[in-house]
Amino acid sequence: MRYRLLTAALAATAALQFAAPATAADLEVIHWWTSKGESAAVSQFAKAFDNDGHGDKWVDSAIALGETARSTVMQRVLGGDPPGAAQFNPGRQYEELISGGKLLDLTDVATAGKWGDVIRPKAIGSACLVDGHWWCVPVNIHSNYWAWYSKPVFEKAGVPEPKSMADFIAAAPKIKAAGFIPFAIGGDGNGWQIQLLFQDMVTEALGIAKRDEMYTKKSAEIAGGPEMKGVFTQLRALKQLTDNGYANRNWNDTTNLVITGKAGLQVMGDWARGEFAAAGMTGVKDFGCMIGLNEDKPVVSTDGDIIVFFKQNNPDVEAAQKRLAALLISPEVQVAFNNAKGSMPVRADVDMSTADPCMQKSLKAVDNPANIVTATNRFITENTNQQLNELVGQYFADDSMTAEDATAKFATIIGNSD
Amino acid sequence: MQKSWRRRFHLPAVIGTIPMILVAVGVFVIGIGFSVLWSFTSSKLFPTYDFVGLAQYRRLWADSRWLVSVNNIWFFGLMSITCNMVFGYLLAVFMDQRIRQEDLFRSIFLYPFAMSLIVTGLVWQWVLDPNLGLQEALRNLGWSSFSFAPLVDANTAIYALVVAGIWQGSGVTMAILLAGLRGVDEEIWKAAKVDGIPTWRTHLSIVAPMMKGAFATAFVLQCVSVVRVYDLVIAMTGGGPGIATSMPAVYVIQLITVRQNVGQGMAAATMMLLPVLVVLAFSGIVIWRRNRLGGAEA
Repeated sequence: MRYRLLTAALAATAALQFAAPATAADLEVIHWWTSKGESAAVSQFAKAFDNDGHGDKWVDSAIALGETARSTVMQRVLGGDPPGAAQFNPGRQYEELISGGKLLDLTDVATAGKWGDVIRPKAIGSACLVDGHWWCVPVNIHSNYWAWYSKPVFEKAGVPEPKSMADFIAAAPKIKAAGFIPFAIGGDGNGWQIQLLFQDMVTEALGIAKRDEMYTKKSAEIAGGPEMKGVFTQLRALKQLTDNGYANRNWNDTTNLVITGKAGLQVMGDWARGEFAAAGMTGVKDFGCMIGLNEDKPVVSTDGDIIVFFKQNNPDVEAAQKRLAALLISPEVQVAFNNAKGSMPVRADVDMSTADPCMQKSLKAVDNPANIVTATNRFITENTNQQLNELVGQYFADDSMTAEDATAKFATIIGNSD
Repeated sequence: MQKSWRRRFHLPAVIGTIPMILVAVGVFVIGIGFSVLWSFTSSKLFPTYDFVGLAQYRRLWADSRWLVSVNNIWFFGLMSITCNMVFGYLLAVFMDQRIRQEDLFRSIFLYPFAMSLIVTGLVWQWVLDPNLGLQEALRNLGWSSFSFAPLVDANTAIYALVVAGIWQGSGVTMAILLAGLRGVDEEIWKAAKVDGIPTWRTHLSIVAPMMKGAFATAFVLQCVSVVRVYDLVIAMTGGGPGIATSMPAVYVIQLITVRQNVGQGMAAATMMLLPVLVVLAFSGIVIWRRNRLGGAEA
């Protein structure tokens, strides 16, 4: 009797254990998706994870401004309290996290999901596939090579819509005379918006091949060449077309100047499209998009976002992390997220028929490998990135700094980069 | 021999100060030691012990942002300390005139110091923002040519920081100096009056020298707040436009957290420590000499 009771008790315990679903986990995710369009997009991730059938919960930690969010993540890792997952841009921002053994290896999830086959272009996957292991999930492709303009502003100023930056600069005096800010930009976060514009101009001036050579060989010679001086000269010309409220403005407030018809044009990545969409505007009558600063030479860069997962030494949490990793790249979530975000999905086998005209442009351009620009972040570390931010930010703010001086400093930074 | 040791180190006092000693040694000495140590390594995101000699210092002094930061701290320090001492003293003299509502005025002048600089800095930023602050308000009132936006111009932003620094710091200087003024004996004022010495002369030549202690306290407090100025810059300009208002403390934090370059950040922190050490050594020598002279006299 006694023996049977014990067996029954044991059996009951075992049954309980097997009957219960795999233990659910709360995962804190740190990201910098804080604008209106971005929040709409990230809520798609949260919704999918909360309803994954395992009782998991997405704990949202949104921190405004990429560099602030990234440094918070790094401090948390150094302090021994890493979040469950975190957003980075594909490139070298997280290389020390990989070499330091802080990240969860996602290779088994990737093999099961055939990431190597479905992710296109291959350059996007390579940001996560290091030494044969998958360390992160690419969630979208953003291109930094876009200019967004307000159709009403161009109409009221009586100038045709621009097909290139040269068109725009030629039209700018009339836009100014009509009482608008011709060129919208913001200088927050050490001037990253200015560097984004600057990098677009560098690629335009040097051409993709020479630009890649400059960054891979750390060529101070190319970086100090006449083309670069031309870029700095043009950057100074663009500065004269801005308003003086630019200094601390963030990117979405800047986009809002174009949305509300106060400014003519902004150069920004295609996450800006999410802001137009969130404001209820369509790319047909309200705003226009110029791909690659020159419609005749469309380019798409392999920027975007990836999600890394940190080792937690808890099998239940790691199982939940892998569930989330698989979910982020699943076709349904990719469509919902990227339509709200304004980015391209990382896989081609999804239905993007609802994409707007601007998105259609980039989907068309991405099919031709000659149009693809490797993201600058792939070449340079965060240290170099911030030095460049400071250089172009300083140059943009200080009209007394000459283009020669700036070019020489640029060459020094590139020559000394690692 | 043993008796004098006992007299100097009272046991309960030693026990009572042990936690303080531990904290001081643990946080300051060991912490500073690691900072200096890592400044000689190639540490990036994670601290390592790969020693590279003075390479980080060479990089540091070639970094234009650091050079701008050093220039800024001298300018900001000289301007704000001078103005704070002068305004603080004038305010204290004003408060000492037996005015009505003294408590109210004292609260008003001390208020900026009591509030977080992040809050007041943000308010300053809004007031000075050309699109939503003073400039926009006056333009909306009809003065359409009015232009006042110091924070967005690389040449004037540092002045705006100095003004905010003075606004924040002169109140506390006033409070300290007022206490010093009140400590001066009434009889001295009366004696000076009897001798027919003008009031300003009494202030400068008699009262001010008597307040040496209060001046020294206020001055040291000002110096400390200048060396570690961080939140004011972050809240008002973030170091911008460009790098125009960067300061050493801002630079160090930026290097360690955002740029993931601990080695160079620690080199900068060590450089910040140097002037403090020089001042400490100087005051140490002064005290030592005074003690020796005092001992000789006795």
